[in-house]
Amino acid sequence: MHAISYAAPTTVADAVSILAEHGANARMLAGGTDLIVQVREKLRDTTVFVDAKHIPDLMQLSVNADGSATLGAAVACHQIYGDDAFSAQYPALVDACQIIGSTGIQGRASVGGNLCNSGPAGDTIPPLIVHGAVANIAGANGGRTVAVEDFCTGPSQNVLGDGELLVSLTLPKPAAGSGSHYLRFIPRNEMDIAEVGAGAAVTLDGDTIAAARISIGAVAPTPLFVAEAGEALIGQTAGEAAYEIAANIARDAATPINDMRGTIAHRKHLSFVLTQRALRGAVARARGMEVGHGH
Amino acid sequence: MATEILSGKVHVNTTINGESTDFLAEPRESLLEVLRETLGLTGAKEGCNDGNCGACNVIMDGRLVNSCCVLAVEASGADVTTIEGIAGPSGLHPLQEKFLEHAALQCGVCTPGFLVSAKAMLDENPNPTEDEVRWWLAGNLCRCTGYDKIVRAVLDAAASMRGEG
Repeated sequence: MHAISYAAPTTVADAVSILAEHGANARMLAGGTDLIVQVREKLRDTTVFVDAKHIPDLMQLSVNADGSATLGAAVACHQIYGDDAFSAQYPALVDACQIIGSTGIQGRASVGGNLCNSGPAGDTIPPLIVHGAVANIAGANGGRTVAVEDFCTGPSQNVLGDGELLVSLTLPKPAAGSGSHYLRFIPRNEMDIAEVGAGAAVTLDGDTIAAARISIGAVAPTPLFVAEAGEALIGQTAGEAAYEIAANIARDAATPINDMRGTIAHRKHLSFVLTQRALRGAVARARGMEVGHGH
Repeated sequence: MATEILSGKVHVNTTINGESTDFLAEPRESLLEVLRETLGLTGAKEGCNDGNCGACNVIMDGRLVNSCCVLAVEASGADVTTIEGIAGPSGLHPLQEKFLEHAALQCGVCTPGFLVSAKAMLDENPNPTEDEVRWWLAGNLCRCTGYDKIVRAVLDAAASMRGEG
């Protein structure tokens, strides 16, 4: 790795001032499982690592008094599935945290880092979208919030400008009768990047779907929020006929590419199948049934 | 007070295998590089150097991590256990004994990583199922054994540590 410098600020304001001073040369370092490897392999020319893990705002993980939750940008995957109160409200995100990389990767890698890496196949991004998460951003000109579905702008690109950092994510309280699920297809059993991933969150009123959000990953330059697929479910009876309507919309929304992990045709097919399965899992959880987390 | 931006050689104090340890490291150096090249702890191996193979795994503050994906300066104040710290004063750890008994290694390059990963699992879950062992160890790659002997050795060590068998 080329020579770098390292700073461990303890406040957001200090981190912002370092980022503002060093511009695109500086980058926040959370778990490092993407960033360290990318700099080592000369995929990024970062020269200043700004450690996120000494800033309390970025390490916060809490379910708040109003039922919403705050997830600091540098909180590692294992902390999420180790937190019962948080996990109970956001099972789709737990699904993703348990299938990213390996146990060792999950010991360091953060959800905020996964979002800021902005890979089209980032496993935590569809769950954040279906949970309705909002990114809390700090910068030299003050703070702003961006819905997660609007955060990524292209492969490895996002709305963060020079001098800005992701502080935390706010996840709204799920309504009563809600459930969610995320799953992905990979050519092997584990330790791979999604060929397609799909997340769904539903709210049931009896057997009727009162609200639904669907997001698919690895089928477009950014993870996709397929709003129409969720809207088409509202008022429908939860069941296979409804899931098929939404799955067709998700398949039509997918604009994948051919690459070493799969073909356009297979990814379109998977967009349909995984949306159905994500909905089945989300509805089962909304009804209080156990659905395994990924494996 | 503005945060200092560190470059060149940085002084780091950490605890490694129970002993307070000081070293100098440039920010670009990984924990793996410092363990092997500065501290002479060559048990952790560099396989892929990108977080895929698990040969460099260590336990840091109670969590299994890939030491190639941790900067040495990030280990400031941390408590690190490497393969060199697994055996006790009276002899090998049960995992090490069972790896020998089951011939759970051939070339041996992946073995330190498997042992550290398996120890981290048994610290958290003393009674894992075969499925749990296979998932936990999914981040450790072995090109010799086909994994079955490793999984059997880990299950047998777990049973032995629980006082069964």
